Amino acid sequence: MSKPGTESAPAPSAGQTHAMSDGNTPLVVIRALRKSYRRGAQVVPVLEDISFDIGQGEFLGLMGPSGSGKTTLLNLIAGIDKPDSGSIEVDGIDITRLDEEALAAWRARHVGFIFQFYNLMPVLTALENVELPLTLTGLSRRERRERAALALSMVGLADRMDHYPGQLSGGQQQRVAIARAIITDPTLIVADEPTGDLDRHSGEEILDLLERLNQELGKTIVMVTHDPKAAERAHRLRHLDKGVLTDDPA
Amino acid sequence: MLLKLIVKNAFRHRLRTGLTLLGVTVAVLAFGLLQTVVGAWFAAADATSRTRLVTRNAISLVFPLPLSYLQKIRAVPGVMQVSHSNWFGGVYVSERNFFPQFAVDAQSYFRLYPEFLVEPGEMQAFLRDRQGAVVGRRLAQRFGWRLGDTVSLRGTIWPGTWRFTIRGIYRGAEAGTDEGLFFFHWRYLNETAQRNYPRRANTVGVFILGIDDASRAAAISSAVDALFRNSLAETRTETEKAFQLSFVSMTEAILLAIQAVSYVVIVIILAVMANTMAMTARERLAEYATLKALGFGPGFVRLLVYGESLAIALLGGALGMLLSFPAAEAFGAQLASLFPVFSIRPETLGLQALAALLVGLIAALVPAEKGARVNIVAGLRSVA
Repeated sequence: MSKPGTESAPAPSAGQTHAMSDGNTPLVVIRALRKSYRRGAQVVPVLEDISFDIGQGEFLGLMGPSGSGKTTLLNLIAGIDKPDSGSIEVDGIDITRLDEEALAAWRARHVGFIFQFYNLMPVLTALENVELPLTLTGLSRRERRERAALALSMVGLADRMDHYPGQLSGGQQQRVAIARAIITDPTLIVADEPTGDLDRHSGEEILDLLERLNQELGKTIVMVTHDPKAAERAHRLRHLDKGVLTDDPA
Repeated sequence: MLLKLIVKNAFRHRLRTGLTLLGVTVAVLAFGLLQTVVGAWFAAADATSRTRLVTRNAISLVFPLPLSYLQKIRAVPGVMQVSHSNWFGGVYVSERNFFPQFAVDAQSYFRLYPEFLVEPGEMQAFLRDRQGAVVGRRLAQRFGWRLGDTVSLRGTIWPGTWRFTIRGIYRGAEAGTDEGLFFFHWRYLNETAQRNYPRRANTVGVFILGIDDASRAAAISSAVDALFRNSLAETRTETEKAFQLSFVSMTEAILLAIQAVSYVVIVIILAVMANTMAMTARERLAEYATLKALGFGPGFVRLLVYGESLAIALLGGALGMLLSFPAAEAFGAQLASLFPVFSIRPETLGLQALAALLVGLIAALVPAEKGARVNIVAGLRSVA
């Protein structure tokens, strides 16, 4: 797993509030982001004028109470949702301008997903689940298998490759999901409450693993959590409340 | 990977898939059997020759024709051979043992019907015996008759007890040849009629004409019928196929009903299958959303749903098609008197396969679109 590229993002426009953790080139540049949902005739604002940057190799935690918009923000950064207005540039690409097809291709190449409930395919083995994103690449079956086995070894599941998700504990399933998230060597890893469905011990293991991915492989991670223990692992925390960033960006 | 996902998904809920498979299998089997019933109805027409014409009384088949017509018909240009037969309508032991019996002019009749294969020795024995009979192989098997056995028929059209000796057992030259017929000498019938029913003597039910050129069938038919126009027994001559189809047309409503039922069966299983696929797609929205989040396009999700639906439908269809053969055999044996030829035709197999394919495709239509268009965020939320 090589480190992602270090291309420069466009400079933020004047007057907008943004900051990076350590002065690195920003990997993600978010500007004037707005998102609302319709509930019948009513428009419910979820995110209002969000602007901030995420640095290359940063481990960012997004915190906030339920309904604050943190998962929506994560979904927008990951390119699985579209904002009403504003822009999100990831590694120089404004993903809000991409059509569905281009966005899907972009996600396949640049984003690794870690979900709260793992979202593994129950009919596939751990190895096959990890191999799944590689079927979108031109790799041969043998290469895919080798890489998937390596990724599973990295998360400590070399001896569980042929197990189905139903035969694994929650912590083990989440580790399979992490292996799946890193298999394509993505630019960005997004994790939505990765420890939310785990016991304390398994949660700690997952956080250790995320920390390793960040520190040893230089992966940029954006993690949504409302677990303070999990949040402690992040380099930087941003707090959302009622769709607005409430903390000091610096 | 796609194939693996399709196969594993298809058998994920074994009970549900098993029941759906059973439904498709039974539906395709029932469809095949009903189509075979329709085909069996037309079997006699399908087995006809293009160079044979049938001349009957123009008013109705019930009324006979004078034997004296034979010489006049034979003189019509294009007519190579002429034979004749009478429907006998006898009962063997009980009415339930129905089979067709014909009084025929043996020598000319079997020349016109080379598809009835009789061993030369048996044919000689039949020709020598005034009360001899030639029966089809399947008919002989049905009643356990052997050469030399005496068979008594109770006449209904020709009252009395008629005794016959089995002198020959014919087999069909082709798969569609009816092996359930009973032939005896017209002269035996006529001699008895001369004694007991003199007004009905020297008459025949139909003349069978062998012609030299099938393309001249219409012209020859017109020529024959012209000979007897304005006579007491006007004739109607038509191809053997048209003659047989006239019987089928009498039961056209039943045939239409059977056809309709066969398609209704497919529509019902289509609804069942569509329901199964709708449930499947609804349960897997989170998986489809995950796949899309990982970068798989809507086309991949469509393929998954279509593949699963087709896997179940085609497997069920294949099982239904395979079971059609033993089922048709058993069905045919039970209804031998009604359907002398009852076998699964290649066209029926093709229709069964097409039905299974269409069920698989149509059942997946809506669920596949639903899965392909699932909003990723909403789909992911459906698991949480």
